[in-house]
Formats: sequence, structure tokens, C-alpha cells
Amino acid sequence: MKTYDAIVIGAGHNGLANAAFLAKAGLDVVCVEKNEYIGGATVSRNLYDDWIYSNCSYVCSLLRPEIYRSLELHRHGLQVTPYGGSLTFMQNGDYYGGYHDPEVKYREMARHSRHDADAYERFSADTMRQCRLVRDFLLKTPPDPTSFKLRDLRELALLGGKFLEMGEDRMYETIRFWTMSVAEYLDEYFENDVVKTSLSGSGIIGTALGVHSPGTAYVLLHHYMGDVDGNVGTWGFARGGMGAVANAIAGAFQAYGGELRTGAGVEKIVVKNGRVKGVALENGEEIDARVVVSNMDVKRTFLKCMDQSDLPKAFHDRVSNFKIRGSSGKVNIALDGLPTFPSLPKGSSLYHSDMHFIDSMERMERAYDDWKDGTWSKDPYIDMLIPTLIDPTMAPTGKHMMSCFVQYCPLQIEGRAWTDTERQAFGQTVVDQIANYSPDFKDLILHMEIRTPQDIENEIGITEGNIFHGELTMDQLMFNRPVPGYAQYRAPVAGLYMCGSSTHPGGGVMAAPGANAAREILFDLKRKNTVPENFGDD
Amino acid sequence: MSIQEVPQGRLRSPFYSRLQALDTLNTWHEWKGYSSADALYCAETEYFAIRNATGVFDLTPMTKYRISGPDALDYLDRLVTRDMQKIKPGRVAYAVWCDDQGQVIDDGTIFHLREGEYRLCSQERHFAWLTAAAIGFDVSVVVETAEVAALAVQGPTSFTVLSSMGLEGLATLKPFGLRHFEFAGTELMVSRTGYTGDLGYEVWIAAEKAELLWDALFAAGQLHGIRAIGTHALDLARIEAGYLAAFEDFLPADTTVRTGRSRSPFELGLDWLVDFKKPNFNGRKALAEEKRNGSTWRLVKLDIEGNKPAHHAYIYAKEKRNKKEIGFITSAAWSPVCKQNVALGTVRMPHGKTGDTVWVEIFYQREMHWTRVMAKAVVVDKPFWFPPRRSLTPPDPY
Repeated sequence: MKTYDAIVIGAGHNGLANAAFLAKAGLDVVCVEKNEYIGGATVSRNLYDDWIYSNCSYVCSLLRPEIYRSLELHRHGLQVTPYGGSLTFMQNGDYYGGYHDPEVKYREMARHSRHDADAYERFSADTMRQCRLVRDFLLKTPPDPTSFKLRDLRELALLGGKFLEMGEDRMYETIRFWTMSVAEYLDEYFENDVVKTSLSGSGIIGTALGVHSPGTAYVLLHHYMGDVDGNVGTWGFARGGMGAVANAIAGAFQAYGGELRTGAGVEKIVVKNGRVKGVALENGEEIDARVVVSNMDVKRTFLKCMDQSDLPKAFHDRVSNFKIRGSSGKVNIALDGLPTFPSLPKGSSLYHSDMHFIDSMERMERAYDDWKDGTWSKDPYIDMLIPTLIDPTMAPTGKHMMSCFVQYCPLQIEGRAWTDTERQAFGQTVVDQIANYSPDFKDLILHMEIRTPQDIENEIGITEGNIFHGELTMDQLMFNRPVPGYAQYRAPVAGLYMCGSSTHPGGGVMAAPGANAAREILFDLKRKNTVPENFGDD
Repeated sequence: MSIQEVPQGRLRSPFYSRLQALDTLNTWHEWKGYSSADALYCAETEYFAIRNATGVFDLTPMTKYRISGPDALDYLDRLVTRDMQKIKPGRVAYAVWCDDQGQVIDDGTIFHLREGEYRLCSQERHFAWLTAAAIGFDVSVVVETAEVAALAVQGPTSFTVLSSMGLEGLATLKPFGLRHFEFAGTELMVSRTGYTGDLGYEVWIAAEKAELLWDALFAAGQLHGIRAIGTHALDLARIEAGYLAAFEDFLPADTTVRTGRSRSPFELGLDWLVDFKKPNFNGRKALAEEKRNGSTWRLVKLDIEGNKPAHHAYIYAKEKRNKKEIGFITSAAWSPVCKQNVALGTVRMPHGKTGDTVWVEIFYQREMHWTRVMAKAVVVDKPFWFPPRRSLTPPDPY
């Protein structure tokens, strides 16, 4: 029987990126995917007529440009187009527009608060400073602070150097920043509730935490540190939906000679004599390889797909306690036409922005309270976009596709599985909140896909449907991600590696975990590195 | 009904109609959200209007704050580094204000309009900082950028132009003085201030009277060479005068991301604006420490040999470029009035003492090809252009 150099489990963007860099180095690689389609949560699906749904991840910013360039993703059909601005509808009939143009943004902010408009510059500079600290480490393996290996020491020195270079006051700031809540962070700059609310959304997206929970300031940063063409903080649409990202990486992988197998779910990672031997598929087939790389989250990898006896006890316990909580749902809607929003001026550029329907920090926190009570938010935070306004490929001409990311939505309802009635009620909550601001919206709905965390787990495989493969809190970041001592992509079994978003630097369609893991694997195999270096912020 | 959107394009100053009528070039840029002309007919001609007759520049987009209340003086004294007690009603002070690290947030002018009432003008917008600094003071800070229209009226005939407009008693107004006049049923404030290093005034009026003021001014100036000017001409004049520009010669500290990109007043050559006799002002502790330990950077005015402006050039201590650069140029120009190649730059201490020789690496392009020269430069301490007429009181008629 054939023995591959490497098997990558899961054809999400990280698995594919990992596989592509390994194949580029000349390894014989097979990537196995349980679904009949690739992409994992980076996927475009045709679920209704001629509409294409980015039915999990829906916007693109964090995808590392180094990887884009290195794998020549443009040759494999990827195009990312920035979209502008954000919008918050207010209950009093007003709105708050985060315009793309800085001066218009200033004026609009000043309309709500002159103070906040002038404070925004300092907020941007301070946030960018934290971004710069992190961005340099995205395409690096986190150094182990307890190690005396030369490369760990070198990387630690680099990290320490960057930190010290900030100067005394900014070091204090940084330590506070990494532990505080997004609400506290915004309070340091802004006074106006809707201004704060509109900025706070980035602090809780994908996270089972509220705007007042410690650690959410970092989550805001996680959403700010991406860029489109060097414009840090900008988000864009992948032309053809997010599946275009996975398809392009898969194209690169196959161009390097890699083999892609769909409908090949892994039952078990096979370990023999303390060393990985290959995988056993759900259909009974076994595939052998010298290296196995898991793009699955750590809980699924180690608790579902391995014999527990193959794992060190401490590692097993840490993985069991890894925080990966279902907190977000998704409602994707095919529309017969463009809904109108009477409180928005006709022809406003804000139609092209991401829209939100919650206008106070109080409402943000209340939305989280519902989640803690074991149900979906009755007044949810929705991140709503209509990609068809920019991307002509997602729906028939004149028709539209709407993507609603919904926070919060629990894995279970009061500790038991969702009923179908509840799932429908969850979707209706979302529709109703939008319809409050768009009277013609309901009549335009042709088809709706409602996805709870349980649905996402069932279909994609991510534990609890957590979009980041694990919370982005300080205890689960950098050299603590996924668990201390195992942050360098190596599992405790020889030949087994992790390359999913449970590893540094986390989720968000960066492809950095996949690339970083490839670098480590190639290092161990004494192969030439194919993973690019950080461009580095100048 | 939807709430109308904020203006999506550039704002127009209350003088826009008059500027547009004179404009032949149609080259504008954005200045704090407003349209501001680069030049209206010819930047060079406009520059010579400043040095030879009268140039009129629309400075309405300049950020303006009205500061009043019982604690206005104490508040400003706490805010800025210089002693504001000395600035009596009818006087104007150039000032800088710092953050707690002693780094300059911005520079600007503070007009003591009347007892307890001030106007603060700066290029950048600082309402958040100014209100934060007001805590504990009985003071009101109001933005009046759009409400107050302002023109710089600069040049050797500016006194004559304004006098011809019927402003009596202007002759006794000294540099950094201000006076109120009655005009078109409202108050016109005239200050002997400017950004050109020449004889000149700035005139301030309620926005709704702006066009009336413009018309009266241009009617009075017709025989005295009055011309509207754009930013290019003004920028050249300010470099000759050695004045700093935010985002050129320094960055407002609250906008810097990288460490070490902001500057203290000492590093900008503004030692004279820092008064340690005051018991408390923002940044005092950090500045006192810097005073003891020395600064990192020094702003230099450079008299550079040759005639190639040293835009964006590196500065070296030695002619041979084998050593690391010691700094860089932040503003550069060929000075038409001094016939001198001048520049402002920032160099690492201890370099850049007055009289020091440094070397500037200048690249220039002629017919597509680039040439590099190392030009010798001398650090000077006085402004390049500092004519006696600038401070003569009463001023000569031209």
C-alpha cells in the first residue's frame, strides 16, 4: 500500500494552505475532506436556484497577503474587493454611518459627538499600535517562553524588543489593552453610546463574551489587524463568495501535485508505537503517511478522532478544557430585490456598508445575557451585508443575497438540542429586527438558510460551531494556543501536527495557522521551507 | 423621512464664491474637510504678492475654539507650556501643548480677545483633548471653526490696504496685538499675526459677513497690489520664515503609532515656549526630565549650498556617505526672496548646533534621469527671512 508523505485532514482554508506549502516543497500530499465539497467554513454554496451563499465566513481581510502572493492565488481565481463603511440603525429613527471617507466619517461622528470625532484619531493610532505589535507575529511560530532553543530565544527576544521599544507608558497601555473589555477600552476615548456601540461589535464577533467581558478589547484588534492592499482594518469580499478563497488555495495545492479527496471523513488518526501511522476513513479505508496534519479544531482532533490512551494526561485535560463555545449563528437570505431602508437617504453609500440594528452598549450586553440564559438573543447583534451590491456573481442580475452573522446564538437551548420550531424562531428574530428598519424586506425573501452553532458543527465539524476554533482570550493566544507547551503546531504524538485555527494566530480566514504549521513540518522533515516570511510592517 | 446625510464632498468656505471667481487653475486640495486652493492663477505670482504687495489667504478651515469662563486663563496656563498670565487682553500668543509625556500635540495661536475670553487656533482638531484637559476648571470650550471666517492679509502693503478700508488706529497695533473694529454692523477682529514672517494681519469675522469683508478688502487693495493666494505660496513663505507645519515638521503626538515619531518642544527649537516657573502644566514632569537628561532630536534650519531644493533628503554629518544618516529634511525650498536654498530638518543630538556643517543628500530629476549631489549645509539659528518691516510700528505704507 502507498505511504504518503503527509495526510492533511480537512480541506478548510488552513488545511489547504498547509497542504499547498507541503506539496510546493515536493512532498506527496493528500488532503481528505469529509464533505463532498471543499472549503470547510470558507465556502460558497449554491443552496437556492442561482444564488451563491457564503454561508459561513462572509468577508475577507485577515488572509495573509504573503500567502496570497506566494501561492499565486490570483492565478487560481481569487480576487478580493474592499467594501466601504459600516452602519448602525438607531431606534429613534436616526442612524450612525461609519463612512469610508475619513472626512465624511469625521463629520458624521461629529453629528453625534464632536468630542468623539476628535477622539477617533487617537483611538485609531492607539489601536494601530497594538495591531503592529501583533501583525509581525502572525506568520511566525509562537516562541516557547520556557525553551532554551536558539530559535525560541531569538523570537522571544524579538517579541520582548518590540514590546520594550514601545516605551514605558505604552507598555502599561499594552498590558491593560490585552486584558480589558472592549467597552472599557472604548470608554477611554468615546462618550457617545451609538459611536461606541458601532465600534464594539468587532470585540464580540465570534466570541462567547459580552462587550463588558475582560479580553474583548483584543477581539476588536483581531478584526482590525487585517488589511486589503495594505489598508489595515479594511474588509473586502472575495469575488464569488468565500469559497473562492478555498478554491484558489486548492487550485494552488493541485498545481503543486497535491491530491484532494472529498467525501472522505476521518474516523480515526492511527497511532502505532507512539508514532502516527495514518488515518482510518469512515468508509473503512486506511491511508498511511509519515505525517498527519489536522485542520480540525483541537477538541475534535484529540477527543473524537484519537485513542485517548495515546495522549499524555495533562495534554488531554487541557484540550478538554479548551474554550470553544458556540456563540454565533448565521442567517443567509436570497432576495427578490434590494430592500429599502427608509431612514437612510436615497442613494447613500451606506447601502454598501455592513449594517447593524443595535444602537446601545446596554442592548449589546443584554444580547449576551440571553446567551448566558441558554437561548438566542431576542434583540441580537447582527452583522448584515449584501455582497451582491458589489459582487455581480452571487445572484441573478437584479436579485440579491444577504448574509447575516448573528450574535449571540447558543449551541443548545437551555442544555438540550434545538427543535426545528426554535430554529425557525431564531431566524424570525433576525428577520424581524431587520424588518423594523426595512418594511419591504420580508416580502423580498425567497429562501432562507438558518444556521445555529449545532448546524455548523454537524456540517463543517467545528466543535460548537465556534468560528475561531476556540476563544481568542489571552489564556488561549500566542504560546498558550491551543495549550501551553504545544503552540508550535506539533501534537504530543510523533508525526502528528495541528494546522487549524485552534493554533496561533487563531481564526478569521488568515491561512496563517496552516502556513505556520507547514513551516514546522518542513523543518522537522529537513525540507526546504516554502512558507513566506512576513512582509513586515515598515 | 430620513435624516439628511452629512455633506459627502468637500466643504466650502464662506469665501468660496470669491475665490472661485478669481480662480483660473482649478487646483484644490482638502484641508480639514474644506476645499482649499493650491493656487488660483500662479503660485509664483501669488508668492510675490506676499513679499511685494499683499497676499490674501483664506484660513477659515483653521480649527478655532472659543475658550471662556472664570477659569479660562488658569485652564490655558495648565494646557500650554508657556506662561499665559503674561498675555494680556488684546494680545496673541504662539503656544504649544503637550501630552503627559511632554510630546507636542499641536502648536497654535491663542488670542486674548477680551478679559477672560480667548480664541485658540490650530491646524488639527483637538476638541476631545481640550475638553479632557478642562476637567476641574470652570471653563467653556466651543468649536467655532465654521462660524468664524478668517483671512490672512500679508505683505508690505497690507497695512495700507487695511487702513484704506477705514480701520482707524491700526498704525499703533504691534506684532502679536489684536484689536476689534466695527464692520458692516458686526465686530471685525484684526490681529497682527501671520504665517509669512512679513508685515501682515489676520482678519476675523462672523461667517455670514465674510463676502462683505472680502469685497471691502479687495476694493481697498485694488491700488495696492492685493491678490488672493493659495497654499503653495503660503507654504513657501512660511518655510522662509522658519515656521513649523504640523504633519510636515512634526507630527501631533496623539496621531503617532511608532515610538519616537513625536517631538517635544525642545526638539522643535521651542525652548522659549516652555516655562518651568509655572507649577503645573501638561507634560511638565516629562519635559523637566528631558531638560536634565537631554533631548533625542533637534530641529535645524539649514542654509544649503547650490540651488537644488533638498526635498525629502537625508542629512549626514560627513560628506562621505559611509556613516549612518543623522536626520532628514522635513521642509525645503528655493527661497526667491533670499536667493538661498533653505530647509527645515530634524537631526539627532548632539548634531545640528548653530554654525555646524552638515551634508545633505539631494536627488533631482532632469529629463527623466536622476542625479545625486551631496550639498554642504550650515545650521543657522535665525529665520531665513526676517525683514525689519515685519515688526516696525507704525508700519511704513509699503
